[in-house]
Parts: sequence; C-alpha cells; structure tokens
Amino acid sequence: MSAVSLAKERIHRVPTPEGMSLPFAVASVGDRAAAFLLDLMVIMAGTIAVWLVALLGSLVGLASVGVSFALLVGFLLWNFYFVHFEITGGGVTPGKRKMGVRVISRDGGPLTAEAVFARNLMRNLEFYLPVTALLAPGALLPESPGWGQLLALGWIAVFALMPFFNQDRLRCGDLVAGTLVVKAPAAVLLSDLSDRATVRPAMRPQPTGRTGPPPPPPPAEEFPFTREQLDIYGIHELQVLEDLLRRDDQGTLDTRVLEDVCEKIKLKVGWPVDRWQVSPRPFLQAFYRAQRAALEQKMLFGQRRERKKS
Amino acid sequence: MTAPAFTLKSAQFRREREEAWRELEGLLFRVDTRGLRNLTAGELNRLPVLYRGAASSLSVATAISLDKNLLDYLTALVGRAYICVYGAKRRPEEAVIEFFRHDFPAVVRRYFAFVALSFALVALGVVAGYQMTKADPERYYSFVGESRAQGRTPAASTKELRDVLYSGGKGQLSIFATFLFTHNAKVGMLCFALGFAAGVPVIFLLVYTGLELGAMAALYASRGLGAELWAWILPHGVTEIGALCLCGAAGMVLGSALVFPGRHTRLRNLALHGREVALLAVGAVVMFLVAGSIEGFFRQLVQDVGVRWGLAAITLIFWTWYFLMVGRKNGAQP
Repeated sequence: MSAVSLAKERIHRVPTPEGMSLPFAVASVGDRAAAFLLDLMVIMAGTIAVWLVALLGSLVGLASVGVSFALLVGFLLWNFYFVHFEITGGGVTPGKRKMGVRVISRDGGPLTAEAVFARNLMRNLEFYLPVTALLAPGALLPESPGWGQLLALGWIAVFALMPFFNQDRLRCGDLVAGTLVVKAPAAVLLSDLSDRATVRPAMRPQPTGRTGPPPPPPPAEEFPFTREQLDIYGIHELQVLEDLLRRDDQGTLDTRVLEDVCEKIKLKVGWPVDRWQVSPRPFLQAFYRAQRAALEQKMLFGQRRERKKS
Repeated sequence: MTAPAFTLKSAQFRREREEAWRELEGLLFRVDTRGLRNLTAGELNRLPVLYRGAASSLSVATAISLDKNLLDYLTALVGRAYICVYGAKRRPEEAVIEFFRHDFPAVVRRYFAFVALSFALVALGVVAGYQMTKADPERYYSFVGESRAQGRTPAASTKELRDVLYSGGKGQLSIFATFLFTHNAKVGMLCFALGFAAGVPVIFLLVYTGLELGAMAALYASRGLGAELWAWILPHGVTEIGALCLCGAAGMVLGSALVFPGRHTRLRNLALHGREVALLAVGAVVMFLVAGSIEGFFRQLVQDVGVRWGLAAITLIFWTWYFLMVGRKNGAQP
C-alpha cells in the first residue's frame, strides 16, 4: 500500500449488534466507474466468445443450437453477471474486487439476494437505455419529433448521472435496493513508527551522497524535546508526519522534502541553535515518537487536540 | 524537563493483540478467495471470536492510539470481518426452492392491488383498441407499428391473415423461442426499472400493449377470425401477459413508493419496497421463459384450435392456483 490516505472521505456509519458504529468510507464515482468498465469488458469478451462458439457450431452443422445458445448465454451475461457475482461474492464482482470497492446494505444488515436483484435490474434504466438512446436516438421513441427525443434524452440523463447528485454517490439501483458502495481496501498493517528499536531499519538503498549502512535508530535522549516544544502541533500534523515517514520507508519520498519538513519543525519548536545541525531522518523519527507520546497521553486525559495552535 | 522515553501505551497495546489480528486477516483472506466452506470447524468457531476481539481493539485504538496506519488497518479489518460474520449465508439451491415455493407467490399476493391494476390497464387498452379500430379500421395503423404488424394490416387479404396463424415451421424453432424469451424478458425488466420514473412510463407501456392487442383483435374479428386469433395468442399469452403485468405492478409500486412515501422517509420507503418488488421482476423473467418456450415450440408445432384453447386454459388454471394457493402454509410473512 502506498501512502496513508489523509483526504477527506465521506463516512457512512453502520451500527453493529455489538453496539459499535463501524465506519465505511463511501467509494468514489471514479472507482465505481472503473470497476463497472472492467466488468463490462468481461461481459463483452464473454459475449464475443459465445458467438464464436456459435460460429464454430454452425460449421459442424449445429447452427440452430449454436445461435440459441449464444442468444441465451448473451442474455444471461448482460443481465445476470452482476447479480451472480454480487450474491456469491458478498457484494463483490471481479471489477469491484480489482478496484477495492464492495456493495453493502445501507442499514448494516446482510446484503440479501433481493437487494442485489433490485440494484442490478435498475441498470436497464441507468445504462442500457441511455446507451441505446445515445447510439440510436431514433430507436427510443421512433414516432416522436426531435424535441421529444431530446426531452427523453435529458430525462434519461438524470437517471444515468444520479451518483453525481447525492453525497453518498447512490445510483438509482442503490436507491431502490437500499445499498451503498463502499471502499474495501486491502489495508496492510505496517510497523509501528514509534517502535523502531524493535524492528529493522528501513531496507532500501540510501539516496545519493551517502554510503555505508544506515545508522541505527538513535536513542530518544539524543533529541531531548521539552513539554513546551511538544505542545505546538496537533493530531493532524502528527499524522501528516507519519505519512511522510512511511513514504520515506518505502522509498517513494524525495529526501529534500524530509529536509524541508525538518527545517520547518526546528524553526517552529525553537530547536536550540547550538545543536541546529541534525540529520533529518533520525530527528524526525525521534520527534514523531515524542510528539505521539505527548498527544496520546493528553488524549488519555480527555484532551484531543486536532490541529496545531494557529 | 524531557519527554518520557518508555514504550508508548499504544505500541504496547498493539504488540499484545497483533497476533490475533493477523489470524483474523488470514481467515478472511481465505474466505474471500476460496469461500467459507474452505474453513475447518475450529476456524469457523474462531471467526466470530476474533471478530469481536478486533472490534473491541478498534474501539480501544480509537481512544488511545494516534497511529493512522493502525487505525485504518483495524477499520478495514473489522469492516471485512463484520460483513463475513453477519452476511447472509443461505445456500443458493435452498434460496431458489424457497423463492418458488413461497417468496414469489407471497409477494404477488402482497401487492395484489397493483397486479390487479396492471391487468386493468392492459384490459382497458384492449377494449379501447378494439372499439376504436372497429369504428374506424384506419386507426389500426396508429396502434400497431409497421415492424410489429409484419403485413398483418387491414390491407391484407383474409387468407394472408389466416396463414399467419397456422404458419408453423419446423426449422430454427429454438432460435425463435430464445429470441422471444430474451426480448420479452428485457422489456419486462425495463418495465420494472422504468417505475423509478414515477411509474408514468409503465402505465403508458401497459396501456399501449393492450391497445396493440385490441387493434389486432378487431382486425381479425372483422374477417371472422377472432376466436382463431385468440387461440393463437392465449396459450403463451396468458403467461406472457401475466408476467408483463407483474413487471408493470413492480414498476408502479416503485413509482408510488417514490411519490407517496407514507410515514417513512422517501429513501427508506423506496428501499423497503424496491427489494420486495424486485422479486416480482425476477419471477416474471422465469414466466417469460415459459411463455417463450410455448410460443416458440408449441404454437409452431400444434395447429389444432382445440388443443390451443386447452393449453391456454391449463396455463390460466395453473397460474391462478400458483399465485393464490402456493406458499400459504408457511404462515408468517418473512
């Protein structure tokens, strides 16, 4: 997993029987569209394959059987592909799995087959009908005048673009079935940054200019921070720093960013001038540990400071 | 004064529980990739225990830890475990049997008023189409489109009209039947979905189907072929029109749930009814399959008017019995 996401997400809370409220992050329209396109590609590939089989069948004299088979399987693919996978896979189709999203029931109950049917039957209105209208506008209302067709097109567009009109990104099918598509990230538990003495140091080639093995993590006393110095930043800044350090761990961060941040923090907390020259990485790791300890301790006493004092 | 240098409480907390989280993660991975049946009985017993442990870990972690990665990880883990532990676990084959033996007829009965309304709309269309075409045969052209008529117009001779009814063939029947089934099922499902547009297009579709039928009946009746036309239509028509009416009823339920939310919020009401009436549409797809087979095979192979009437009567009796009687013994509604 790359960076820890710090972007604002819309959270849907589901009450569990244990009396917790579980947060689920609402999936973005982009992720959902990508998942849908992936599934669509599978369906199209399947349709083509089935018609190829029918073609082969006609070569050996089974034209009638082949075409019926292709018609039937094509129908099932286009109309029950999503239903099948969402029922058997617990709200996940291959495309959704790839994009890390899944369907849940909005009220927190199990995702029933009824709900899956309802949400996927609506695709007729949201996708198949608009596509027909776009590809062949005349076929929709054959005998109506041009302005009538335009009006119908606008009406259909409202249904197709429904996810853009509400905060939970619900499409018509989700509205009818009481479902919601949420992020289901394959979260990876990384090492605890405050626990560096017990884990191996970052395993990556050092950036230019430095040779030899990386220095072992310094004992905390090397960077003694005072209570006052740790009283400046809040939780948000701590987690931004965590994000930076983790990206540095994975080698996806420019060292100059680390240096910049180090300079800024030293200025902000009033780091003693006589010890100004520090190497950024150990300094920031020590600062993270001290800052987290201070904020967590405060939190235990009921003071949760979200942001730095402005 | 310097900050304390001991191990953080949150780090300590994590060290003590991490093993259980990893175990849960492993089990969930196996369920996701190979299904629940892949777990042994012992592992199945562990799953809820581990889930509850992780859930309580998440509660504690939100209170004491500021490690964003840890919080994200636990949130995702508990969410996955929750879905796995509380997700519906009915075997597909059981669900299918239950659907036909209870759910489908029960939901038809529950929304009986809407089903009846659907039938009334189609009947209204038939009567109106029949009377109007009878009064002025030229109106036939405005009710039945050219592609639907396929030569069956007032301009055609009586012999041509009659030939259509007995033009059975033996080739390509399976293609014909499959085409009819898929086409009708698509129309039916669209009819359900259109209910979301406040139900108006559904009403239009139902009445229009009736008008078409009525106009055609008037045309054939004017040549003295009325009874033979109905014998041609009804063997599959009973099932097909029934299925269309179910889809129409489902669409109208959707529309009315949206327009008249009652004591729930509009969103909740829509979801409540939407899930139930989706079953109507799914059941209707099966009925379209039956109708398509009758139309594609039986009608093409059997020319005898008496046998045709017989099958029409049998399907009518069967569906009436099925929707009114089946699934009542289970008593309590789900």
